[in-house]
Amino acid sequence: MTDLKTSDSESADLETFRNDTRAWLEANCPPEMRKPATSDADVFWGGRNAKFSSEPQRIWFERMRDKGWTVPDWPREYGGGGLSAAEHKVLRAEMARIGARPPLSSFGIWMLGPALLKYGNEAQKKEHLPKIAAGEIRWCQGYSEPNAGSDLASLQTRAESDGDDFIINGQKIWTSYANYADWIFCLVRTDPTAKKHDGISFILFDMASKGVSTKPILLISGYSPFCETFFDNVRVPKSHVVGTINRGWDVAKYLLQHERAMISGMGERGVGRPLGQIAADSVGTDGQGRLDDAMLRGRIATFDVDEAALAACAERAVDLAKAGQAHPAFSSAMKYYGTELNKRRHEILMSAGGVDALEWESERSRQGARPRAWLRTKANSIEGGTSEVMLGIVAKRILDLPGA
Amino acid sequence: MALVLTEEQSMLRDSARGLISDKAPVSHLRHLRDSKDPTGFSKDLWHSFAEMGFAGLLVPEEFGGSGLGFVEAGIIMEEIGRTLMPSPFLATSVVAASVLTRGGNAAQKSEYLSKIANGSLLATLAIDEGAKHRPLQTSLKAVRAGNGFKLSGAKALVIDGHVADLLIVAARTAGSAGEREGLTLFLVNPKAKGVAIERTIMVDAHNAARIEFANVEVTADSVLGEVDQAAGLLDGVLDIGRGAVAAEMVGLSDEVFGRTVEYLKSRKQFGKLIGEFQALQHRAAELYIDIEITRAATMKALQALDADVVKAAPAVAVAKARAGTTATRAVQEGVQMHGGMGMTDQFDIGFFMKRARVCEELFGDANYHTEQLARARGY
Ligand SMILES: Cc1cc2nc3c(=O)[nH]c(=O)nc-3n(C[C@H](O)[C@H](O)[C@H](O)COP(=O)(O)OP(=O)(O)OC[C@H]3O[C@@H](n4cnc5c(N)ncnc54)[C@H](O)[C@@H]3O)c2cc1C
Ligand SMILES: Cc1cc2nc3c(=O)[nH]c(=O)nc-3n(C[C@H](O)[C@H](O)[C@H](O)COP(=O)(O)OP(=O)(O)OC[C@H]3O[C@@H](n4cnc5c(N)ncnc54)[C@H](O)[C@@H]3O)c2cc1C
Repeated sequence: MTDLKTSDSESADLETFRNDTRAWLEANCPPEMRKPATSDADVFWGGRNAKFSSEPQRIWFERMRDKGWTVPDWPREYGGGGLSAAEHKVLRAEMARIGARPPLSSFGIWMLGPALLKYGNEAQKKEHLPKIAAGEIRWCQGYSEPNAGSDLASLQTRAESDGDDFIINGQKIWTSYANYADWIFCLVRTDPTAKKHDGISFILFDMASKGVSTKPILLISGYSPFCETFFDNVRVPKSHVVGTINRGWDVAKYLLQHERAMISGMGERGVGRPLGQIAADSVGTDGQGRLDDAMLRGRIATFDVDEAALAACAERAVDLAKAGQAHPAFSSAMKYYGTELNKRRHEILMSAGGVDALEWESERSRQGARPRAWLRTKANSIEGGTSEVMLGIVAKRILDLPGA
Repeated sequence: MALVLTEEQSMLRDSARGLISDKAPVSHLRHLRDSKDPTGFSKDLWHSFAEMGFAGLLVPEEFGGSGLGFVEAGIIMEEIGRTLMPSPFLATSVVAASVLTRGGNAAQKSEYLSKIANGSLLATLAIDEGAKHRPLQTSLKAVRAGNGFKLSGAKALVIDGHVADLLIVAARTAGSAGEREGLTLFLVNPKAKGVAIERTIMVDAHNAARIEFANVEVTADSVLGEVDQAAGLLDGVLDIGRGAVAAEMVGLSDEVFGRTVEYLKSRKQFGKLIGEFQALQHRAAELYIDIEITRAATMKALQALDADVVKAAPAVAVAKARAGTTATRAVQEGVQMHGGMGMTDQFDIGFFMKRARVCEELFGDANYHTEQLARARGY
């Protein structure tokens, strides 16, 4: 039976990588960047008009960019760090260990990049990926329309052929940060006669193109991170289509897997002070040092159990992908659970904060940071595909249930 | 370490699954129950377990065992969970073997571990006394008498208690119920004078016993580990048991779920397969997600135990808590979605429900472990 024992041959190399990475992060990550982001200004999105909100933010971004670690697992030739999956996992763990913020956040990294790596042609990869990695171009996502939400494939924005170009007309909605974005990846109908999934193309264009306009929409959190986006005879070269014309649905779905994986990991998981201690600050403790609200304490503890378990599952999802054993629809499962959990977290924070968590406008409340964050999380189970849609995907694609 | 099985581990799973699904499908448990089998498990199968190296899976190689780890033990437990096979594996090969390996002196190890590995000795830990798992509440008394001790008190839910050749008894040598100090483990011969064993027929038709100790005399040699200092040893060993039971519950949940999904694909009502109804689809999808998350948490806990038993406590608490709620949900949905069929004894699904209930109580339920995590996190 001894031969059943495992031996991990890579582990020595990985240990070296871990030690080097730890030392590098220790030396290069400014202390200010080792705290959780608490407002949108703490997040660096890049783009033509990007501004750093602080000097440490700039330093941290530039150092990570120079190592290719804004996109650690992308190939070096496209501005990435060229790390293996195992090294990437180590880097993530080491960043999490010191609470380091992501140096750059962007739809280009989370969504478009993976789709281009799989479906883009060489010219498109060379053109766009390095600019994403370097934070030069900020992207937005033109999927949803007023009449195409969950039923995304019923989208109606038209792209009509005109020589080497398409002429695009129509309207998108809920386009996050469309008013700040430089470019858009957009789903358009290129064949109105085909069945609904078959006539869609995935196309890229500059938001500064003639005929593009945006109108911000205010969210219940009081912020306005998304827009209505209008296209009035926007001219786009056909060479900007990613993948095959009329086969954009494949690209769209692949991108959604990445988007869902990203959204499932949102939230301040495992960083900062434990939820129970945050709650104890406002609720107080009993004689034995326990949170002085037994029901709330139980809710928090159950949350902590589920959060730790989900973290293990997220880790396993990455490992399964690396081992080639992942189900492509698994990101929908993670998206469902991760977003519902994040909503639970913010319900707990509101409950723990009590009256103090209700202030909307004051220095003391950092302009109502807590209630605004709470309200923002309600979108987690809507954006990127709703919870109900996620369960439908799991039922159909993973469980193979009939008629789903 | 990656949270996927290595090739060797997959092979181990396949061979365990082959043996267990072939020799001990659920009908095996049903037969043991219906025939009121006096042993409560199959000795032949236990023999096969020993031959395949499973009985001594955790026993170090120097004592004739396989010297494998807790991930591997979890693999066997998961397969056991799929068919609900009654087996001494948990009590003897996981818990008792771990107590002896981690706490035994050289003489105790060499006397017992090789016999565990070759399948000739059954051993079990007698810990619980009250209705709920509260290890520190141990109040069975051991008082010094001459060169040794005298044990008096009672234990409940002693797994395999009526067939064990060796009892490992948690007793209080000092302090009072609730305190960490003053716990001691004793190796007790079940045939010793004053030991009264009552086999308790449980809801899940698996082995358990209540044992009374009336001034049972034991020698000083029978102390396992340090007098008064067993709490630390128990923490680790119980966590090992918890990790193993969590793995059993993952196997159980997965099997019930698989059977339920098959039923959704075959049962017709209203002219449709019931699996077409979205109300059921969404519940099935949620349950699938719950099981996958619990599976990952359990692997994480078993790996943590392999890395360092002492540091694994929070991961184990998470796994056992999750396993309890997930298995409970899986069996409830399993029965519900089978409609009237799910309520019949003739149909296997009820066996899973009953075993899940017992597993939930074994070594602490979800509430207990959720509470442990809250304490560990300081709130
Ligand atoms: C904060 C935020 C940011 C966003 N950012 C972007 C972006 O950048 N780009 C972009 O393209 N889109 C974006 N979206 C849009 C998002 O993808 C859509 O809101 C989402 O797909 C749902 O579509 P809908 O709003 O039209 O809701 P609907 O599809 O109308 O859904 C309404 C309700 O019906 C339920 N429902 C629908 N179909 C089914 C079904 N088959 N079975 C059961 N229940 C069903 C839904 O789950 C939901 O509860 C964003 C949304 C939010 C909230
Ligand atoms: C203890 C007991 C006593 C009983 N006594 C009697 C009695 O005295 N007389 C008598 O006539 N019957 C009796 N019954 C039968 C009982 O009424 C049926 O079991 C019940 O109606 C369900 O039917 P079924 O078992 O065929 O399940 P199914 O109808 O096959 O249901 C299986 C599962 O599918 C679900 N399902 C079915 N249709 C839908 C739908 N459209 N949407 C969503 N989910 C759906 C169900 O909720 C269930 O979870 C008894 C049953 C039990 C368990």
